[in-house]
Amino acid sequence: MTVATTAPRAAPAGQDLILKIDHVTKRFGGLVAVDDVSFDVKRGEVFALIGPNGAGKTTLFNSITGMFPPSDGRIIFEGTEITGAKPHQAAEFGIARTFQNIRLFEYMSALDNVRLGQHCRSRSRLWDSLFKTPFERHEERAITDRAMELLTFVGIEKRSEDYARNLAYGQQRRLEIARALATRPRLLLLDEPAAGFTPQEKVELMRLVDRILAEGITVFLIEHDMKVVMGISRNIAVLDHGELIALGPPEVIRNDQRVIEAYLGKGA
Amino acid sequence: MLSGVADARARFMAGTRGRALNATLVVLIAIALVLLATRVVALGPAYFIQILVYGFANGSIYALIALGYTMVYGIVELINFAHGDVFTLGGFISLTLLPIFGLEEGVSHGPGIILPLLVIFVITMVVCAAVNVTIERVAYRPLRHAPRLAPLITAVGMSFVLEGIMYLWRGPFNLHYPSVLPSDSISLGGANGPTIGFKDLAVTTIAVVLMVALTLFVGRTKLGKAMRATAQDRDAAGLMGIDINRTIAATFFIGALLAGAGGMIFGLYYNTLTFDLGFTAGLVAFTAAVFGGIGNIQGAALGGLIIGMIQSLSDGYFDTAWTQVLIFGILVLVLVFRPTGILGMRVPEK
Amino acid sequence: MLRSIRKVWETDPRQDPNPLVYTILTLGAILYPIWAQVSTGGQGDFLISVLADAGVYILLAIGLNVVIGFAGLLDLGYAAFFAIGAYTYAFLASEHLIVTPLQTAIHLPFWVVLLVGMFVAAGFGLLLGAPTLRLRGDYLAIVTLGFGEIVPRVFKNVSVWTSGVNGISALDKPVLPVWLNGPWSGDRLQLVQNFKIISPMAFYVVMVILLGICVVLVNNLRRSRVGRAWMAVREDEVAAAAMGVNTVRMKLLAFAIGAAFSGFAGAFYGAKLSLVSPENFGFSVSITILVMIVLGGMGNIPGVIIGSLLIYSVIFLFLPALPPLAEEWATNLGLGSLVPPSGEWPGIGQEIQNLKFLFFGLILVLTMLLRPQGLIPSRVRKQELTQGVHEDQTIEDVNAETTA
Repeated sequence: MTVATTAPRAAPAGQDLILKIDHVTKRFGGLVAVDDVSFDVKRGEVFALIGPNGAGKTTLFNSITGMFPPSDGRIIFEGTEITGAKPHQAAEFGIARTFQNIRLFEYMSALDNVRLGQHCRSRSRLWDSLFKTPFERHEERAITDRAMELLTFVGIEKRSEDYARNLAYGQQRRLEIARALATRPRLLLLDEPAAGFTPQEKVELMRLVDRILAEGITVFLIEHDMKVVMGISRNIAVLDHGELIALGPPEVIRNDQRVIEAYLGKGA
Repeated sequence: MLSGVADARARFMAGTRGRALNATLVVLIAIALVLLATRVVALGPAYFIQILVYGFANGSIYALIALGYTMVYGIVELINFAHGDVFTLGGFISLTLLPIFGLEEGVSHGPGIILPLLVIFVITMVVCAAVNVTIERVAYRPLRHAPRLAPLITAVGMSFVLEGIMYLWRGPFNLHYPSVLPSDSISLGGANGPTIGFKDLAVTTIAVVLMVALTLFVGRTKLGKAMRATAQDRDAAGLMGIDINRTIAATFFIGALLAGAGGMIFGLYYNTLTFDLGFTAGLVAFTAAVFGGIGNIQGAALGGLIIGMIQSLSDGYFDTAWTQVLIFGILVLVLVFRPTGILGMRVPEK
Repeated sequence: MLRSIRKVWETDPRQDPNPLVYTILTLGAILYPIWAQVSTGGQGDFLISVLADAGVYILLAIGLNVVIGFAGLLDLGYAAFFAIGAYTYAFLASEHLIVTPLQTAIHLPFWVVLLVGMFVAAGFGLLLGAPTLRLRGDYLAIVTLGFGEIVPRVFKNVSVWTSGVNGISALDKPVLPVWLNGPWSGDRLQLVQNFKIISPMAFYVVMVILLGICVVLVNNLRRSRVGRAWMAVREDEVAAAAMGVNTVRMKLLAFAIGAAFSGFAGAFYGAKLSLVSPENFGFSVSITILVMIVLGGMGNIPGVIIGSLLIYSVIFLFLPALPPLAEEWATNLGLGSLVPPSGEWPGIGQEIQNLKFLFFGLILVLTMLLRPQGLIPSRVRKQELTQGVHEDQTIEDVNAETTA
């Protein structure tokens, strides 16, 4: 049983484009956090969103995953407009995410965290849960099995029974990814997955991303570590002060003058 | 209750279901107003004006209580359930002090009453304030970083502790509060016409004076500025060198000054007190605070006045039995349809 | 040795539910009526009846525990649903409706009305919850408080339908289609048809069975995807939503289930008491249940059961029995002058009774400050409550956290 069998809805045929960001703007009162940003993410690639601190990257993530709707513009996932969908709806559509500051359920075991991720894909009704019907018991076993598989996939199967808060930092980050994968996404949003990692851990992360890609999941990440970004991304978008200042493959971005200035300041 | 939910609500409201709900609400309010209008006309203008007079006094008292709720919520985002009981405590304390200062029922005191009353006011207010600060220190501060459920439960608990103390102090029954204010009144026209009593004027005046004093304090003094800063952004205020604990304590202190005064005014006006008065009065006052915009001082004052007026109108023209239902209905409606209140809320932007 | 006892009491989430505690409780439930009869020389009916009454409160506590302990929502007006269940029974299983504009009485069987009461209460739970469960915890608490005030008042005011203050009496006694008589009822072992439940022992047995079923059902919920979702929502609503949990629906579910329990208990209560009156459903009841849960340990079912029994015995057995005791002590200590009422002092006997408010308040405050996980702790909750979680975070908070 593979890690991420297709979500209940079969992937629409001929959809090369998995995510389209179409003139998205987000204002908070007077502050424009995201300013008329447009780009496309192709299915099966690793797409990176980079930029200096405060550029609006996580805000964009939050818009995509339904935390709040954009002030303007559209978000189109696999051909369906999902602008303004609620977070749990985004997950049902097939978009999962991790958080910049790790938001695990600290007092639930690692296994339970990943079991929770399967909530929107399980079909037990209230009746089943209340009376522990054979269907529910069967599904619970399947949920547990799959949770163990996912924990193994990210390499923390030995800590399955430990409370999430007791895991080492690197294990927590991996647990968050396993939990996100449990929702059977077709698009996985990773918010600074390598933050605080040792170089060894970063290499392992890149390998993990490769394995995720092999499952047919598109990866869209925010990241600051340029080695990681340049190492695994097919396409990169660069935000600065909410604006998209560059878009293209790593070789192009690496040499883009505006990008260099944004990070190092003018005159660098 | 912030951006995400507000956006969701805006979207909902713009949709057909939202518009239908809005329309229903408007229709309901219209029906209520029409019903009221027919009753008003039926019972005559004199009665109406009298009710308005009562409503004003009633509203002033609620405004005083509402201010305490709103200030505390604005700074720590906590409903101080015990606040209504601090209000009652004000009544109890002043009740005990009256005979000590020689103020009794039926004895005409003339202007000599002003000084003792003032002294009793001050003592009552300060004692209530001290009690409230103690409550904060003991029941809320230790739980500032605990899950939200914890201080909510202690708040309810403290309310019960206060009520329990007052119950043991004076028993479960309605207490008589001596009528020491002059019962003179001015007639507004006609033998059966409405009158404005000395009491009505006194209550409203005292309340207004206190509210003005509060506004000046919050707007002009250093402590007032500290309170506003802490309410807006606690971390930033801390970084600016403001002593957060002291500022929060000051907020509880001032809110209770007003509530204690309100309790004494209540006694002087209505001549009755009960140990669990704070329970219902607190609910109504909190409704007023939300109605006006939680965290917003002008909102609490305005909300208190309006809700107090609504209560008097409902008691006067409909059935007191249904007034509670009406007020509760307003609370739910406000929270669902316009949680920011009439004048907008002021809560910490995290 | 005390420490190992404590360890036994601490529920380990990995082997929930704690079989030892449940075994003890079940044994206790079976042995109690025997003890009651034996220790009073056959006059134990009163004691048995008292525990059956306590059972109603335990039922209420288990229900409210779902709302507060599992889903983390503070409901301060729980008695409202209790009232709704009780009045449903009164309407549907008595002669009462004859005096209302409807003019015909309805007499539905006991079991049917239990279920109807449950669903009616759950319906009101949904009605109240739908617009209000999106609100912050504080606001929800106040709204439920208001609701808890309104409902008994409405029952009191609409006297045309509810006989107002007088309440509705002479409710039908429950009738079971079959019943097993045996040594426990002083008969030979035989199956009885259309058994009318009037004896305390019969009520007791029914109550214990109902409780057993409810405990099983609630435990099932807790160990299912629903229970996981509740815990996730309680810990971190934002993350739960991002993982596909419809948080509003889960909260609504908890609220409705809590209401259903309350309605269910209300119907049973009406049947046992054979009377409903608006006075029995005030804020005092809501708070009593809250105290039971807080003391016993929020989210912890055995804890809640024990907490309920404890509080119930204090309030309904211990405190009322105290006055003569207190009077005796006072006299023996030379404080005899405190005994009789004089002036405004109600006499030490009455004063002890009046301690209830203070007692409740102190329990709530002291428990949350000193031992928030309750008497019978769950290891998980202890950590949660002392170390905090991502509480009540909204989108603005998430945004503020980001530096990207």
